[in-house]
Amino acid sequence: MRKTVQELLLVENTQLNHDNFRLVLQSESELPPIYPGQFVNVEIKKASEIFLRRPFSILDIDPAKKQFSLLVKILGRGSKVLTTYEAGDKISVIYPLGNGFKMPEPTDKVLLIGGGSGVAPMLFLSKVCGLNTDQVHVLLGARSDKDHVDISAYKANGNFYFTTEDGSLGEKGFVTNHPVYKSKLSEFDKVYTCGPNPMMKAVAADAAKAGVFCEVSLENMMACGFGVCLCCVEKTTSGHKCVCTDGPVFNINDLTWQI
Amino acid sequence: MTASGTCGFGQEIADFVDLSKLGGVVMKGTTLKHREGNDYPRMAETPSGMLNAVGLQNKGVDNFVKNIYPTIKDVDSNFIVNVNGSTIEEYVELTERINELDKIPAIELNISCPNVKEGGMAFGVSCPSAEAVVKAVRAVYSKPLIVKLSPNVTNIAEIAKAVEGQGADSVSLVNTFLGMAVDAESRKPVLSTITGGLSGPAIKPIALRMVWQVAQAVKVPVIGMGGIMNATDAIEFMLAGATAVQVGTAIFIDPTIPLQIVDGINDYLERHKFSSVNEIIGALQV
Ligand SMILES: Cc1cc2nc3c(=O)[nH]c(=O)nc-3n(C[C@H](O)[C@H](O)[C@H](O)COP(=O)(O)O)c2cc1C
Ligand code: FES
Repeated sequence: MRKTVQELLLVENTQLNHDNFRLVLQSESELPPIYPGQFVNVEIKKASEIFLRRPFSILDIDPAKKQFSLLVKILGRGSKVLTTYEAGDKISVIYPLGNGFKMPEPTDKVLLIGGGSGVAPMLFLSKVCGLNTDQVHVLLGARSDKDHVDISAYKANGNFYFTTEDGSLGEKGFVTNHPVYKSKLSEFDKVYTCGPNPMMKAVAADAAKAGVFCEVSLENMMACGFGVCLCCVEKTTSGHKCVCTDGPVFNINDLTWQI
Repeated sequence: MTASGTCGFGQEIADFVDLSKLGGVVMKGTTLKHREGNDYPRMAETPSGMLNAVGLQNKGVDNFVKNIYPTIKDVDSNFIVNVNGSTIEEYVELTERINELDKIPAIELNISCPNVKEGGMAFGVSCPSAEAVVKAVRAVYSKPLIVKLSPNVTNIAEIAKAVEGQGADSVSLVNTFLGMAVDAESRKPVLSTITGGLSGPAIKPIALRMVWQVAQAVKVPVIGMGGIMNATDAIEFMLAGATAVQVGTAIFIDPTIPLQIVDGINDYLERHKFSSVNEIIGALQV
């Protein structure tokens, strides 16, 4: 798919919780096809001390309105300034970047596991994976109730489960402590995950043990986002691969994680 | 032109720019053998710039000849190979391989990569070693030979004169400045290699000074680079004596910048009533 640099119009910036915002961007032209796992690289001009763009996963698309949305979690200076943009502002975006998840077969039962900003591609995938509600299971982990975002707009797409480290919502502990995961991992045909590396590594290890298909979406540091700088590499079974163009989605069998 | 290591082999930016509108594309550093490059992390953002420690990751010249050259040879642009080696013999052998490719109009001899353990910058930081490698390559290559200089030296004009003396047709400068980033929280270096190469606007004033000094010292054309983000930056380098410029890190911010610069230079020439770009080269009034 052709990548472009575009000045997009910010039509909405909604605060979802203490550190998560949903930004809706609108293009003047038709949206290109965009798949879950793909990302955009955003210029944050209002923070003049920030030199490079910042990558964000796509949360959702609305082709009819020529809009797509991002889930921006405040992690550093760049994301913080981005959340201060207001409707009407223009934002320069390079997109669509990277490859999406391998879509499930019509009969598959899938488990989507998200943590932190990795929740965005999981919600998007739950919406467009084309399966019935009973085939889609979404497990979201966070530190505490206040760190979870409202998923009611996605609720009809599948069965949602939550974990919190302090037990304030759902099961206490990490995603790997949840019963849907602990006892039933091998019942799933495909497991998809995006979030902090320790979480993805734990999931990858269990999926490998259970012999279940598993894809992870990596968030390595990037400079360009479109395959020219070779800064974002991950070691794979066939050498260094660029997370931005060969990924960000990788099958765990292609990675060299010690799991 | 686009600078080596910042535009892949050209095709990677073809979605964004019409390559035929550029003066040329200097492709990612190539070596005789496949190189995996350095471990991740290889990049650190810095104030107005970035450090990289890619370490010349590339699939080697065989892959270039077999898989990349066929895809570029009929594209209307000047594809220049950035030639790297860890010994003089490797530089020569690689140059001979590239010499067989009709549609490669020139090579850029990189004697200034700060991110490899052997060779690389080591050749570019002393006159005798720079002379030796240029002399050996010149003997086997008759097309235009550009030598890319390291800024990590005390007197860059001396090195430029030395390579000119061995028959270089042009010098390009600067490659990245050796730098370092530390993560105070973890008390660890940010880059897997501890040190890396600094590029972007942070280096522009120093690069500009070096281009100025080299342009005073040599007769061959100078290709200027280092932190060029827009047409005004490019024009500054040309006024200081650069015949052409390369744009590197700016591509990461916006891959359409090289074309915007071409248009911006034309606007400038029109606005100041110059009939040719040659009139601004070295036209600094001091
Ligand atoms: C990620 C990266 C990779 C680079 N790789 C090469 C290379 O392979 N060969 C080379 O001669 N220079 C390489 N360079 C140096 C650039 O070509 C250029 O000399 C330098 O970045 C200064 O220009 P700039 O500030 O416009 O980027 C690289 C620079 C960067 C940022
Ligand atoms: S971020 Fe530049 S190659 Fe991936």
